Amino acid sequence: MTSAKTEGLDTFDIHGTEVQAFVGGQGPNVVYLHSALWVGDDTTFVRELAKQARVIAPLHPGIGAGKDANKTGSVDDLAYLYLDLIEHLKLRDVTLVGASFGGWIAAEMAVRNCNALSKLVLVDALGIKVGARDHRDIVDFFGTPDKDLRAMSFAEPANAGGDLRSLGDDDLRTRLRARETLARYGWQPYMHNPRLRLRLHRINVPTLVLWGDRDGIARPDYGRAYADLIPGAQFELVNNAGHLAHIEHAEQLASRIHTFAHNR
Amino acid sequence: MRVYHFSEEPYPDVWSPDRPTLRVTLPNELCVPQRANELYHRYIDEWMLADELGFDIMLNEHHSTATCLTASANLLLAILARVTKRARLLVLGVPVCNRQDPVRIAEEMAMVDVISGGRLEFGMIKGVPYEIAPANSQPTRMMDRFWEAHDLIVKAMTTHNGAFNFEGEFFHHRTVNIWPRPWQQPHPPIWSSTSTPSNAREIGLRGYVVGSFMGGIEETIKLHKAYAEGYREGGYGSDVPVDRFGYLAMCATAEDEGEARRRADLIADYLRTNAQVADPFNKPPGYFSVDAAFRSMRSPNPAAFRTLYTPKGRPVELSTASLDDFIECGIAFAGTPEQVYNQICAFVDGIGGLGNLLLMGQGGHMNHAQTVDSLKLMGKHVLPKLKARYPEDMKFAKAA
Repeated sequence: MTSAKTEGLDTFDIHGTEVQAFVGGQGPNVVYLHSALWVGDDTTFVRELAKQARVIAPLHPGIGAGKDANKTGSVDDLAYLYLDLIEHLKLRDVTLVGASFGGWIAAEMAVRNCNALSKLVLVDALGIKVGARDHRDIVDFFGTPDKDLRAMSFAEPANAGGDLRSLGDDDLRTRLRARETLARYGWQPYMHNPRLRLRLHRINVPTLVLWGDRDGIARPDYGRAYADLIPGAQFELVNNAGHLAHIEHAEQLASRIHTFAHNR
Repeated sequence: MRVYHFSEEPYPDVWSPDRPTLRVTLPNELCVPQRANELYHRYIDEWMLADELGFDIMLNEHHSTATCLTASANLLLAILARVTKRARLLVLGVPVCNRQDPVRIAEEMAMVDVISGGRLEFGMIKGVPYEIAPANSQPTRMMDRFWEAHDLIVKAMTTHNGAFNFEGEFFHHRTVNIWPRPWQQPHPPIWSSTSTPSNAREIGLRGYVVGSFMGGIEETIKLHKAYAEGYREGGYGSDVPVDRFGYLAMCATAEDEGEARRRADLIADYLRTNAQVADPFNKPPGYFSVDAAFRSMRSPNPAAFRTLYTPKGRPVELSTASLDDFIECGIAFAGTPEQVYNQICAFVDGIGGLGNLLLMGQGGHMNHAQTVDSLKLMGKHVLPKLKARYPEDMKFAKAA
């Protein structure tokens, strides 16, 4: 396996799949898995995390400029890929943090293997089905106009930034790639794995579930149900936050995560 | 030349420019079943008339929409296989990426081919973007799925010595063994549609028939060239038979030019309503490449349906264009029978040869009497002259 540095990201070859990741900061290990939409808007959050930890934040294959993105076609693939990344970097006592779509991946990793983990933090995580079969637990990212998605994702509209057309060329391309990638991994079953909730009992590290009190994508009740399925998990609301609580309240979230991670 | 009559079987009663969408999410409480019943029977009558008049027949399908009542082209094909006598029955097409089971497609197509006595022309298509949501179809890697479905369908149609198994990336079958097998051997003629030269070339490489839809003369010349390149590279010979190429345009005629233009204008609402789709369903993730989606977002009017250019280079946005714009581009043929004949000949000669003229002879609010009159005039005055001028065994004109 090799690694190389390009555009501020490290590149790792994980058994033939190229993974780009931000690696920075000093301290205990934090692996952070990002949400798929609004990718790039979480740089403040990552910077805040890196003030007190060594942060490894991979860019999901397909969103980054990495080659061979088609080698990963499911969240199952991503879960194993990032477990392999942790092994490749010989990380121990990892606090694994996942937000939204990244939270789904984090939960899938934890049900497979918690050996390298010390804590798990899920922020407005997707990945399970809790409601009736004709109830939509998770708003359809692909069937909802962009302006409505922004309103559901942020409690304060001003935090959502401008619409897609106001983005610079590189950011717009990244956003479009992210949308396509999200569809590749989560089109059907929509943003969840029907088997995951049956496996959540396997998580044997202390778990914190943080949820925006005004999350319009997946409601706080969904988050409570998620936490209830994980042995001993704490559920905490984030006041005045939408689905992307870690972007909207980056400093506060990083601080709450560090407090949880260091409280052994 | 074969000349096809096509209608989308519209339900125009509820069309209105004020509605933000006519597709995907338009509540079906707006559909009155008794009215839909009348319309189905009327459109089938018109296809039966077209059959008698010497036309061939083209169908397609759309879903969750007031623009097209044909929710399953296969069902309509089955009816027409029985009630028509001689017309070729072109489905353009079956959206193979949006169907769960390619073997079922092979079975149904074989059944239609046998019932019709070998009159099926079998189009396989990717489907337009706003079909993704109604089909709940995975919009990423669609063309990979398309070609795998295609391979399985063709193998199912051409395997006659018992069951085979198939374990692909997308489709799995234990025992494939369709009954009946197709009437036409080795299989019915296969078509596909496209609006891009790269796909036209791909279809040419396989020797299939390409259907191009309302691209106007400028775009169609590019597709024609790309198809011929692919066809020659595919090793089918240097002369490309014109029966390998189809082109769809709107068409209306009448004894009186003014009435003909009124009819064509009603049909043209087909294009004008095309942009009425709720925004997220128009651009499913992965349906377009990131580059294409980027260009669309950066275009001055991202909501535009499609912009074409006249032979003089003037841009025409199809959702707002006038009838004269459509005629100038070669997207509509409209006027007296003689005018229509001349417009068609100019187009066919301009692109360098055409064997399959696909005519939308009914659209929008164009009523039964108008449709029948227009079809009869075409059948009497235009079809015989076109068939005499363009024999079916013609080849593509050599490039100048």
